[in-house]
Amino acid sequence: MTNSFLNIANVSKAFTTPEGGTVHALDDVSLDIREGEFFVMLGPSGCGKTTLLRSIAGLEYPDSGVITLDGQRIDDLPAYSRPVNTVFQSYALFPHMTVGQNIAFGLEMEGINKTETAKRVSDALDQVSLSGLDKRKPSQLSGGQQQRVALARALAKQPKVLLLDEPLSALDLKLRRGMQIELKRLQQQTGITFVFVTHDQEEAMSMGDRIAVFKDGKIVQLDTPQEIYRRPVNSFVADFIGETNLLDGIATADGVQVPGGGFIARSVIASDCVVPASGSVTIAIRPEDLKISDGSGSLKGIVRDVIFTGETVRVHIDLGTTEVVAHLPSYGVRVPDRGETVSFSPLDQSARTVAS
Amino acid sequence: MSKIVRGRPGQTSPWLAIPTIAYLFLTIGIPLFITVVYSFLQRAKIGMGVTWHFSPKAYKDLFILENLDGTTTFDTRYVKVLWHSFQYSAVTTVATVVLSIPIAMWIATRNESTRNILVAAVTLPFWISILIRTYGLRQIIDDNGPIGWIAHKLGYENFHIIYTPIATMIGLTYVFLPFMILPIYASAERFDFRLAEAAYDLGAKRWTVFRRIVFPSIRPGVIAGIALVFIPALGSFLQSDMLGGGKTNMIANVIALNFTQARNWPFGCALSVLLILLTLLLVQAIRLISKKFGDQVSLV
Amino acid sequence: MSSVKTRKLVNLRNFPTFRPVSWFVLFFLYIPLVHVIVYSFNSSRIATIWEHFSTKWYFKTFHNDDMQRALKNSLKIGFAATILSTVLAVLAALGLVRMRRLGSAFAWSLIGAPLIIAEIVLAVGTLGFFMAVHIPLGIFGMVLAHTAFCIPFALLPIRARLGQLDVAPFEAAADLGANERQILRRITLPLLSPAIVSGALLAFAISIDDFITSFFISGPGSTTLPVYIFGMIRSTVTPEVDAISTLLLLFSGIVLISSYVLNRRRR
Repeated sequence: MTNSFLNIANVSKAFTTPEGGTVHALDDVSLDIREGEFFVMLGPSGCGKTTLLRSIAGLEYPDSGVITLDGQRIDDLPAYSRPVNTVFQSYALFPHMTVGQNIAFGLEMEGINKTETAKRVSDALDQVSLSGLDKRKPSQLSGGQQQRVALARALAKQPKVLLLDEPLSALDLKLRRGMQIELKRLQQQTGITFVFVTHDQEEAMSMGDRIAVFKDGKIVQLDTPQEIYRRPVNSFVADFIGETNLLDGIATADGVQVPGGGFIARSVIASDCVVPASGSVTIAIRPEDLKISDGSGSLKGIVRDVIFTGETVRVHIDLGTTEVVAHLPSYGVRVPDRGETVSFSPLDQSARTVAS
Repeated sequence: MSKIVRGRPGQTSPWLAIPTIAYLFLTIGIPLFITVVYSFLQRAKIGMGVTWHFSPKAYKDLFILENLDGTTTFDTRYVKVLWHSFQYSAVTTVATVVLSIPIAMWIATRNESTRNILVAAVTLPFWISILIRTYGLRQIIDDNGPIGWIAHKLGYENFHIIYTPIATMIGLTYVFLPFMILPIYASAERFDFRLAEAAYDLGAKRWTVFRRIVFPSIRPGVIAGIALVFIPALGSFLQSDMLGGGKTNMIANVIALNFTQARNWPFGCALSVLLILLTLLLVQAIRLISKKFGDQVSLV
Repeated sequence: MSSVKTRKLVNLRNFPTFRPVSWFVLFFLYIPLVHVIVYSFNSSRIATIWEHFSTKWYFKTFHNDDMQRALKNSLKIGFAATILSTVLAVLAALGLVRMRRLGSAFAWSLIGAPLIIAEIVLAVGTLGFFMAVHIPLGIFGMVLAHTAFCIPFALLPIRARLGQLDVAPFEAAADLGANERQILRRITLPLLSPAIVSGALLAFAISIDDFITSFFISGPGSTTLPVYIFGMIRSTVTPEVDAISTLLLLFSGIVLISSYVLNRRRR
C-alpha cells in the first residue's frame, strides 16, 4: 500500500507546435509516489514536469496512460472531483474575494457546513501564520503572504495529495529559503503527500524525500537527493544537480587518460562504477572532491581564475583543451595564484564514470 | 478507451451564444433579407408597403425615366445623388484625416495623465446624440450664429453656408472626427518615438521623418479611420437633412423620402440594397488595401 | 550628447501645426455643445439670437406633456433594451470564446452589422419586417430593434475584460472542487461584473440617443425624446430645443462618466 499511493503508468502527452511539429511533453512516463512523502519533480523548463503535475490535478488530460490515487483511477475524472489540490505558481487567488472567502471556497464546494468551514478556515490561516488577515483582499497582501494564502486554501481541503507548481519561484531568495523550511515542516506535520515541481536543483535537494529528474518528457533518474548527487546516472544529471566537472577520456588498463596529459587512476573512481578496459569514457568529478597537492597530483593545469565566494574559493584550472573547477575551503589551505601551474587529483572513490 | 475532449476550466459551452445569434439573425438578418425581397416587388397602390408581384422596376427607376408618352430617357437624378454622396464622404474623409493626424500625434506625445484626459475628451462626443451634435453645429454655422456674426464683422456681408453642400460636409466632418482620431491615436500610441529620434540622428529633416518614419507606423490607424468615416458618411442622413437643406442630397435622404412622403418602398429598398453593396465593396477594398501594406487593421 | 538627444525628442513633441490644429479640433468638437447649453438659458423666442439669461425654457419644458411622454418612452425603451442587450451580450461573450471558426465568423458578422451597415438601411428593413409579420409600430417593436444595435456596444467592454482574464483563477476554482456552473456563478460573472455594468451603461446611452431607427419605427404613442426634438427642430426652433437637448446631454454625460469610472476601477 505504501509503495503505490499515487501511481502514474505509461502516461504520454504530445502537443502540436504552431509550425506543425510534435512535442512529446510526456513520453511514456511511469512513476510511483508513496503516501506521506515529499516528492520533487525537477527539470529544466519544458521537460514535462509541469504537464505531469497538471495531469494529476486534472487541468490537462494525457493522451494515454493511467493515473491512480489510493487505488482509485483518477485520470478520467474532471479536476473538480479529484481529491488533490494545487498551489499555483501565480497563486491564482480569486481577486474579488477576501482571504477568508478564498480559503472557504473549496470547502463550500464540498458542501461543508458554515461552522465547520469557519473552523477549518481559521485553522488553515493558523497553519500558515496568517491569523487575523481573513478580511483582507489578496491585492492588499505581499507576495509572500499571497503565497501562504494559496497554500492555506489548498490545505484547508485536506487533500490526499498537495500539488505545488513552482510555488516559490516568484519570491526573493531569502523569503524562498524561509518558505522551503516552512513547507517541509508543514508537510511533516500534516502528513499529506506533497508533489513539488521546481527547476531549482538546490530547492529540490533541500526539500525532497525523493527527486525525479525530468528531461524531454522522460524521467532520467528517480532517487533520494543524496543518491542523485552521489550517483548521477548520466552527464545531464551530473551537470544539472550541483556543479560537476565532466572530463572525456580514454580508458586504459590502470585508469583513464584525460586531455592535457592527466591521468585518473582506477583507485579514485568509485568502486560501483564500471570502467571499460578501453574506449572513450566520461568522468564526472565534483569540484569539492578535487584536492590541490604539491606536485604529486595526477592532473596538471594552469590556474586561470581564483574567485572568492565566501563559503569557498573557486579555482578555475585550464587543462589545455578543457577547464575544471575546484572548490577549496575559504581558510586553512593555501590558495594558488593566477597563472600558477598546479597539480591536483580527485579524492579516493570520488570520481565517477557517467553515460554521456 | 477514447478520451473526452474537454475545455479549459471556466470556458463555457458555445451553445450559450445561440440565443444571441438567433436574436440578431431575427432582428438584423431577416430585415436585410426583407429589404432585398421588397426591392423586387411593386409599390402598394395606396398607402404604405408593397404588393407581392415580382418586378425589377425599382432598379430600372434608378437610371431610367419613363416619360408620359411611353418613351424612356436616361435619368441622371439618382446618379447625381450617388455622386454627391461619394463626393461629400470623400471630402469629409480627407478633412478628418488632415485634422486627426496632428491631434492624434499631439495626444500621443503628451504625458500619461494628460493623455487620458484628452482621449476621454475625444471619445465623449462619440457617445453623445448625433442629433444634438448636428443641431448644435447648425446653431454655430447659422447666418445668425457666431460664425455668421464673425463673418459680418470681418466684412463678408453675403456670408452664407447653412443649407449648402459645404454645411453638409462640415457637419459630416464634425460628427465623424472621433472615428478618425481614435484609431490613429491607437496606432500613434504604440509608435516608438526613439525611432524618430534615430532618424533625426541620421540627419533626416522633420518632414522626412514624418513621411518616412512616423506615417508608416500610424498607417493602420489611418486606414481603419478611413473605413470608419467613409462608410458611415456614405449612409448618413441627418447632416444633409439638417444642414444641407435639400431633401434629396444623399442616398439616405432619398431612402427616407421613399419611406415617408413618396411611399415607394420598393425603390427605397433598391437604394438600400445599393448602399449595402457599396458598403460591402468598401469593406472589402479596405481589407485589400491593408493587406497590401501588411498592416493589422481592425474595424470592429 | 544626451542633452542633444532630448532636444531632438522634444522637437517631435513640438512638431509644427500639431498644437494649434489640436486645439482647433477640441474647440470644434465642443463649441456646438457649449452653444446648446448656453443658449438653453436664452430668454429670446429665437434660438440663435441671444437676449438675456433666463431659465424659462426649462420651466416650459417641465410642463410640456408631449416632452414628458417622449422622455418616459425613451426611458422605458432604454431600460428594456439595456437589460435585454446586456443579457444577450454576456451570453454571446461567454459562448463565442469556444465557438468554432465558421460559427463565430457568422456570429461576429451579425454582431458587427449594426456598426458597419448604415443605420437607415437597418431601420427601413426593420420597418418592412414589422409590416411583413404584423408587429405593430410601438414600444415593443422599438425595444426589439434597439436591443439589436445595443448588443455590440454592450459586448465591447465584456469581451475586452474576458480577454484580459487570467486562466489561473478558473483552474484554481476547478481544482478546489467547483464544477462549470459553480465557476460561472462564483468566479466568471463576479470577475466580469464591472465590465457588464459598463457595457449596460453604454447600451443605455446608445438607446436613449438613437434617432434614425426610432424615427422610422416609432408609432404615434411611442415617440422618443430624440424623435420629439427632431420634430421641434423641423418646426419653429425656440430655445426649448436647447433646454431639452441640454437635459439629454446631462443624462448621457452621467451615464458615460459612470461607465468610464467603472472601467477604470477594475484591477
